[in-house]
Amino acid sequence: MIVEAGHFALVLAFAVSLFQASVPLWGALRGDAVLARLASRAAIAQFLLVALAFAALTYAYLGSDFSVANVFQNSHSLKPLLYKWSGVWGNHEGSMLLWVLILALFGAAVAVFSRNLAEDVLGATLAVQAMIAAAFIAFLIFTSNPFVRMSEPPFEGRDLNPVLQDPGLAIHPPLLYLGYVGFSIVFSFAIAGLLLGRVDAAFARMVRPWTLVAWIALTLGIAMGSYWAYYELGWGGFWFWDPVENASLMPWLTGTALLHSAIVMEKRAALKTWTILLAILTFSLSLLGTFLVRSGVLTSVHAFAVDPERGLFILMILIVFIGGSFALFAARAGAMESGALFAPISREGALVFNNLFLSVATLAVLTGTLYPLLLEALTGAKISVGAPFFNLTVVPLMVPLFLAIPIGQKLAWKRGDLAGALSRLWVSAIAGLMGAALLVYSLRGGPVVALLGIALGLYLVLGALDDLLDRALRGGNAQILNRLFGIPRSLVAMTLAHAGVGLMVIGIAATAFETEKIISMKPGETTSLGAYSLTLEAIGPESGPNYHSIVARFSLRDGAGPIAELKPSKRVYTGRQMPTSEVARHRYGLSEIYLAIGETSEGGRADLRAYDKPFVLLIWLGPLLMSLAGLLSLSDRRIRVGAPHRRIRASTPQPAE
Amino acid sequence: MIRALILFAMVVAATPVFSVQPGEQLPDPAQEARARRLSAELRCLVCQNQSIDDSDAALAGDLRRLVRERIKAGDDDAMIRAFLVSRYGEFVLLKPPFSSATLLLWGLPIGALMIGLFAASRLFSRQQPEDAPDPSAENEAPLELSEEEHDRIEALLAARDKAG
Repeated sequence: MIVEAGHFALVLAFAVSLFQASVPLWGALRGDAVLARLASRAAIAQFLLVALAFAALTYAYLGSDFSVANVFQNSHSLKPLLYKWSGVWGNHEGSMLLWVLILALFGAAVAVFSRNLAEDVLGATLAVQAMIAAAFIAFLIFTSNPFVRMSEPPFEGRDLNPVLQDPGLAIHPPLLYLGYVGFSIVFSFAIAGLLLGRVDAAFARMVRPWTLVAWIALTLGIAMGSYWAYYELGWGGFWFWDPVENASLMPWLTGTALLHSAIVMEKRAALKTWTILLAILTFSLSLLGTFLVRSGVLTSVHAFAVDPERGLFILMILIVFIGGSFALFAARAGAMESGALFAPISREGALVFNNLFLSVATLAVLTGTLYPLLLEALTGAKISVGAPFFNLTVVPLMVPLFLAIPIGQKLAWKRGDLAGALSRLWVSAIAGLMGAALLVYSLRGGPVVALLGIALGLYLVLGALDDLLDRALRGGNAQILNRLFGIPRSLVAMTLAHAGVGLMVIGIAATAFETEKIISMKPGETTSLGAYSLTLEAIGPESGPNYHSIVARFSLRDGAGPIAELKPSKRVYTGRQMPTSEVARHRYGLSEIYLAIGETSEGGRADLRAYDKPFVLLIWLGPLLMSLAGLLSLSDRRIRVGAPHRRIRASTPQPAE
Repeated sequence: MIRALILFAMVVAATPVFSVQPGEQLPDPAQEARARRLSAELRCLVCQNQSIDDSDAALAGDLRRLVRERIKAGDDDAMIRAFLVSRYGEFVLLKPPFSSATLLLWGLPIGALMIGLFAASRLFSRQQPEDAPDPSAENEAPLELSEEEHDRIEALLAARDKAG
């Protein structure tokens, strides 16, 4: 009954989205404020209906209602509660429902928080958002309905893919979707701006916080996914250039470019056409990613669904939205007036540099991801494009970009002083190199490239901190602290985000210094790992709620004595008879000891894969700092004041910040 | 008894997540390092976008052993790659070689960077009338506040927040 109510709510949401896509748009274009205003209510209603549908599916999962085909195929009555819940989106249908839920959430959020927007802008934006919603709800209802019942309900479900039975599944997809579906609202703003012919600095102000929200979520989502792969897949890699990863990286790259170009548009009214194009591109890449992942066109590690009917449906959505928005862009872009002028060496110039390299990197990733598919479709030739290609193309593009970050930060708007910026930065550069040399020395040697990588990272961190110091010291030594705390939050956020990039670069470069040991061991045997020694104490079976496992117990010692007990294991999930490996890790500082076991043989031997990974945690702490910086920037008064946010009446008492 | 059975089943069952196995490694560390480097660039043909170094599939194991045999036999990297391509086609290479079929793959990013740099330089040359004073400076209202103005606004806002 509740499941049917959810099904019905979804169909109703489809009807509401059709209304929201048409009537308010008509109103906005005709200047009829009454019709345009209807969009807000429709957006909220649509969100509530989709939320109801989502809640109904969650209910079916939590109660293990195996008469629902989707629950039967992806759940198991013995599965821990957390995974019953996160299993809702651990499959094709459920994850598309989450996709639509987040789409509706952003529409409703704009309806609630942007009431001070012009009625026609709000109406048209929400109408475009509803067009996307209508397309994807139709996709759900007609090809991927999660509410289909089975005529003869089975007693037990088939269980969720064991790789997905991890807390990571509870967090990673919602964050990722919040990011990549979040860019839909930026897209809708851009299309509305083009339709109404109103693209100005105010447009940039109103779009920026939404871009930032989506960007923060996407940054966290990608970092989280990378961290998940690191500990779940069992060989300690953190980025595989898998097409599915690339699908999320591309909107991140253009989204980052958009975040930067929107600043230029907001402050200098320049780069308007480009910013609109980036807004369209970013969401188009999100759509492309959804197509790649959901159609099964790539048979990659992540792709679980293979069904051409679905693929064609999403392809149609893709063609209509991307084609339509580009046609509109081509027709209207010429009408936008160009903004203020600036010299190549200026803050604007630096941001153009940023946009150029991020865009070319996106193109490299896009080409590498699609090339094998297109080549095979067109000529039948099968080639592979993997990690070596992406490392060879993307990394060289990132190096000049990263080198330019601290410089760009120091340049003034319109016309900057390059010599002045460089004269301060060489201190950071030298300090970075010296720090790197010291680190490499303490890590017992390594390739020169890795040394340069660490130096680059340190230079980014120091350059960012130096920027804050510079601002605090400007105008004498008096009141340094006052001035330091007086720096606007968005500026602090910028330097912190850039320092985060530096931390990530250090973490990635430090992977060159990891120690790896692949060895077969008997209980009682000891092996060395860097400065540590590992002893296999025992191997034995253990049982979990829906799996059996073989656990190897290791003790980790350093020169002084035992420091930790580590228990990597192998699991077999009873539902799918699918084995997985559970790694064991010991953290020290920002580094980790990482153990995974493989084959265990009758003689009581276990194959061990052990790593000492120095500074590995920086790979994810960097992006974490970037997202926190994003939140800090979002809290900046200057953004909020200009942001689509309801005016606070002067009479209401406000708590001090 | 049941435990023992389960244990037996698990031992016999195919094991995931174990790529390079202890017995596979070459005794010479330099040769082993070469094998690892080479393996990372070779595709596990039955897997989805994994190198043979990362994959636990049986075929990947066979290829790893093959690579190591060739290394022991004294082949250089190019010979080993050529040997694998002759057997499995270019599909086995994760870094596709430069050819007419991959011209666009390698050319697009480089071409785009060139075009981008050119477009950016056009943007500036169109804007820059030599070193003459910026003509836009007079008829354009300043959109950005100066550093001091910012500081003053922040101070005023902070003062108001404290008061309120």
